[in-house]
Amino acid sequence: MKKIGGTLFFAASFFMLIGLKIVQAGEIRIGVGGPLSGSYAAFGEQLWRGAEQAAIDINAAGGIHGDKIQLFKGDDACEPKQAVAVANRLVDFDHVQVVIGHFCSSSTMPASEVYADAGVLMITPASTNPMVTERGLPTVFRTCGRDDQQGAVGADFIVQQLKAKKIAVLHDKDTYGQGLADAMKARLYELGGKEVLYDGITRGEKDFNALVTKLKSLHVDAVYFGGLHNEAGPMVRQMREQGLNVPFISGDGIVSEDFVIAAGGAQYVQGVYMTFGADSRKIPSGAQVVERFRSQHYEPEGYTLYSYATLQSIAQAITATGSTDGITLADWLHKNTTQTVMGPKKWNAKGDLEISDYVMYQWDKQGKYAEVDMTTH
Amino acid sequence: MISSFLSHIDPNILLQQVVNGLVLGSIYGLIAIGYTMVYGIIGMINFAHGEIYMISAYLTAIFLTVLTFFGLQSVPVLLFFTLLATLVFTALYGWVVERVAYRPLRNSTRLAPFISAIGISLVLQNYVRLSQGARNQGVSALLEGSFRLSVTNTGSFVQITYVQVLIVVAAFLGMGILTFIIGQTPLGRACRATQQDRVMAQILGVDTDRIISIVFVLGAAMASIAGVLVTLNYGSFDFHIGFIAGIKAFTAAVLGGIGSLPGAMLGGLILGVLESFFSGFVNTDYKDVFAFSMLVLFLIFRPSGLLGVPEVEKV
Repeated sequence: MKKIGGTLFFAASFFMLIGLKIVQAGEIRIGVGGPLSGSYAAFGEQLWRGAEQAAIDINAAGGIHGDKIQLFKGDDACEPKQAVAVANRLVDFDHVQVVIGHFCSSSTMPASEVYADAGVLMITPASTNPMVTERGLPTVFRTCGRDDQQGAVGADFIVQQLKAKKIAVLHDKDTYGQGLADAMKARLYELGGKEVLYDGITRGEKDFNALVTKLKSLHVDAVYFGGLHNEAGPMVRQMREQGLNVPFISGDGIVSEDFVIAAGGAQYVQGVYMTFGADSRKIPSGAQVVERFRSQHYEPEGYTLYSYATLQSIAQAITATGSTDGITLADWLHKNTTQTVMGPKKWNAKGDLEISDYVMYQWDKQGKYAEVDMTTH
Repeated sequence: MISSFLSHIDPNILLQQVVNGLVLGSIYGLIAIGYTMVYGIIGMINFAHGEIYMISAYLTAIFLTVLTFFGLQSVPVLLFFTLLATLVFTALYGWVVERVAYRPLRNSTRLAPFISAIGISLVLQNYVRLSQGARNQGVSALLEGSFRLSVTNTGSFVQITYVQVLIVVAAFLGMGILTFIIGQTPLGRACRATQQDRVMAQILGVDTDRIISIVFVLGAAMASIAGVLVTLNYGSFDFHIGFIAGIKAFTAAVLGGIGSLPGAMLGGLILGVLESFFSGFVNTDYKDVFAFSMLVLFLIFRPSGLLGVPEVEKV
């Protein structure tokens, strides 16, 4: 009897799940994938806040042909394995029609294959590794630049502006971090330079004192780091503590106020350089949206507006085609320009933006970042 | 070959790597002592120990904020009371872990408390993640400044910050005090009796449940000292720091001979110096591969660790 009861319960719960899965007519289901938990949750929050605000604004204006946008969270914790599981859940259980995300390139790439198999359009607002769009998946796009562009901007700055000769290139052995460091190194060789040290650290570690001492013994005059803020923070702090006051240059992996926290104070991050897209908060077309975020006491830093712009582009593609089929939407995005809070966006055949706008930023002693004025350098 | 290698290196740099290694090793040692204490008495690894250390980092930040809020300005006083409060609360966590994960399973199979300890460690990690958030947390630099000296006139120097000095001193002091307690006091005698034969000790009037609780509390207290000082040293932490710290400290305890207090310290120092030297003079990429290969090699030739006593099979 007990056994039959258990079977019945199992069957009942099974049918309940199926009941829940019926997709309501009149709604557009969009997944947002990214590190919503874990050490890089600050970036996941940027993606979520951006998409959430865009959905609220579009729904308030009547939705897409009257259909409301509904968002679904997919937490990958910046772990490739979890990203695949989450991608499968978004596609098979939540039945999302389009995906915004993910954040870490190492998560985006395996997840994108799940979406491509299911014919679901995926636009990442933040994954910059070149291989994201180089694998010939027709339904993969991004609204950010590429690390080969970003690394080149970093290398140009170090060689031409800082006039550094002895350059150390460090990375965190991850798809994004090492990819960025390699891109920077490639450009450095084109400029006739060569690094004095190329080395990898382990994500999650906090003690880089031995490495910093090695940098001192090599008399480096610039340190380039491909990686994220959790490791960049303690590293730059230990450099300053050991009296190594040479420029520290990194990429968009540290574009979050959590970088200041990871370093343990703004006095340590002061002077750190970082490449990132031109400040989206200053583009006139986005002024109203930026105001809306700030009125909710949320600073739309980093990739927040990229995520907002991504959902706007998706909404325009669905409006124009009247379809949520991945290939149909991709065809439209390849041929047309969308209007977003970050200005007009146009994609090439690979799914990369036609125009990349990487510029150099510098952190100040208040723990904020601002664009470097190249004329004074 | 070694001498020609050494002659190419600035002695200050060499010395600095020794200092880096000793500081890192002391951190490992402080945490390793907790592992080794519990193993020495009840013969089990406390897998929740790394999480206890992580929790003490959060408590440090909380108490620093609270005490500063109540107007404490003097750094030594602030440090003392933060350490005291963190110690008390962390010890409480250690006591609870023993009550929840170990005591109810005292007479079950050897593997059961193993699993429940892993469970507790997951619970603690996720409890902190949910209650404090997953993002990085930080404390402002409390004790800045350092000693600098030079053994050459090349302009380079060897440096150790005040916080790093505190870490090394605390590690040796903690090890010394605990060794004294175990070896010389009535409490220590009861601990040793419990370790040798729990049933016999109980018959002779030792409250073994209480002794095991005390051992967990002492282990947690050492983890809390590590938590306070390491937080001040690196300035930031998140809910995940217990994992790497726990693995490294456990390695140190095994290297030193698990069950031996000076062994845990020695194991920590050796691991720290090995890592620093490999990172400083070869490369950082493979430092963990190197450190763990050394551990495997070493344990092949000396399975009970540096200062461990070979286990005698009781018949």
